[in-house]
Amino acid sequence: MIWNEKMECADRDEMRAVQTERLKETVNRIYHNVPSYRQKMQEAGLVPDDIQSVDDLCKLPFTVKTDLRDNYPFGTFTVPMSEIVRIHASSGTTGKPTVVGYTRKDLNTWAEVVTRSLCMAGVHREDIVQVAYGYGLFTGGLGLHYGCENLGASVIPISGGNTDKQLQLMQDFGTTVLACTPSYSLFLAEEMEAKGIKKEDLKLRVGIFGAEPWTENMRKEIEAKLGIKAIDIYGLSEIMGPGVSCECEHQTGMHINEDHFIPEIIDPKTLQPLPAGEIGELVFTTITKEGIPLIRYRTRDLTRLNYEKCACGRTLVRMEKCKGRSDDMLIIRGVNVFPSQIESVLLEMSETAPHYLLIVERQGNLDTLKLMVEVQEQFFSDEIKKLEELRKKITHKLQSTLGISVDVKLVEPKTIERTAGKAKRVIDNRNL
Amino acid sequence: MIIKQLSVFLENKTGRLNEVTQILGNAGINMSAFSVADTSEFGILRMIVSDPEKALSILKEAEFSVRLTDVICLNSPNEPGSLARALNILSGENVFIEYLYAYSMDNKSANIVLKPDNIEKCIEVLTAHQLELVKASDMYKF
Repeated sequence: MIWNEKMECADRDEMRAVQTERLKETVNRIYHNVPSYRQKMQEAGLVPDDIQSVDDLCKLPFTVKTDLRDNYPFGTFTVPMSEIVRIHASSGTTGKPTVVGYTRKDLNTWAEVVTRSLCMAGVHREDIVQVAYGYGLFTGGLGLHYGCENLGASVIPISGGNTDKQLQLMQDFGTTVLACTPSYSLFLAEEMEAKGIKKEDLKLRVGIFGAEPWTENMRKEIEAKLGIKAIDIYGLSEIMGPGVSCECEHQTGMHINEDHFIPEIIDPKTLQPLPAGEIGELVFTTITKEGIPLIRYRTRDLTRLNYEKCACGRTLVRMEKCKGRSDDMLIIRGVNVFPSQIESVLLEMSETAPHYLLIVERQGNLDTLKLMVEVQEQFFSDEIKKLEELRKKITHKLQSTLGISVDVKLVEPKTIERTAGKAKRVIDNRNL
Repeated sequence: MIIKQLSVFLENKTGRLNEVTQILGNAGINMSAFSVADTSEFGILRMIVSDPEKALSILKEAEFSVRLTDVICLNSPNEPGSLARALNILSGENVFIEYLYAYSMDNKSANIVLKPDNIEKCIEVLTAHQLELVKASDMYKF
């Protein structure tokens, strides 16, 4: 089923007309309501009237994550707080989170794009959807939740974790759709095996997986182990949350809801737009959002776009699975982690930041994060007790800053390789 | 009375202790006592050496995490009950011992290196009870 055939199957000219109209309105609104972005436009010698169609998009200045941080917490909102009905936040590049606000209309738009996504995945109102994304500041849980309700499916808002209960409800309630991170679905499959639960004992038929990168091999493994169709969903809280794009049952790229979010691909070095089909950094402009509309927001995700009509009938442009990042952000168990956050935690604990190295590994199906910290003079104590305290303190601070557990290991000075220029802070052994 | 003990941070991996002793040996620094405290992941090598300041600087140069810690050394008769007597006195006066290690080179007496939480009070209590503390210069001599 196609939820919004008019938009999802519009021909290119119709879509461009919709985008043009909405873009002009958005630019006008931002120019008059967000002083920091107005200043950027003025510096580029632009006024709202310079934007007459989507083709003029490339004239506009970019928005980056630090713009949100610099205006923390609500400085980029374009409506008064009385209009904001929901606030979400994701990890920022340093200690401060990136905050986003939604008006009631934004929440309706979000529910609409998630509903479209669910329909793309082949979910319908008879389905029982177990939402095992975290509910809370993270957009995953609530995003999926309202999309399911909007569709009319039955939602089990179980949130993340608590694997025994997940499996119990899956059996007892006859869950047909599972929404979680792909790595958690594999973890569930492993637990099923350990408990002697067979995929035939479950009614699962579709999985909606996102919030972290995953490979085609993982998809095959998930589909084989759980006996389901594994669908990739994409989103980021700055733009909306899950549902910015999603695969259809043909699994040939994620359809971007481009009547709400205009995608561009740029060269992350020259910042120039790249022709369709080339791999580069994905940039989004929101054209219907009220709470925090963003113009040319650099996602840092690397991918490419395909404007051909899909076999499913949709004309919405498709993006490939992300091929990596143009910055150093890591996604660990669905949580965004920046090495700079770790550095700022360590800096808080002593006058000089110690040398450190992050090692990311996939053990079984779960990502683990190990942090090696050199015990230099400022950290070294003669007492084991104090060193253990230090280790616990770092572990605890990282847990509360990053939202995931980190295995902290104290190592001798010069254990961590020094390189000329920018230090190598991360080793990612996951081979994603 | 106060002895400068050399403490070195070591990861639990082969060859590290070797390296420290080699560096000290090459510099002509003698060790008169040492102990290794370990956890599952790392350890602290603590030792009394003939020239603590020099040992500190050459190990720092070799990029070890190293520091000097104030400890005292009790000379106790090498006979049953003598350590218990000293420890009784200290606990009676609420002096807490962070760690200790001991060595003996003859039948007459043993040296016990102590790291108390309050070093001044510890010295005061022990001397008040006529217990013998080894002079720092005697410790470095070996």
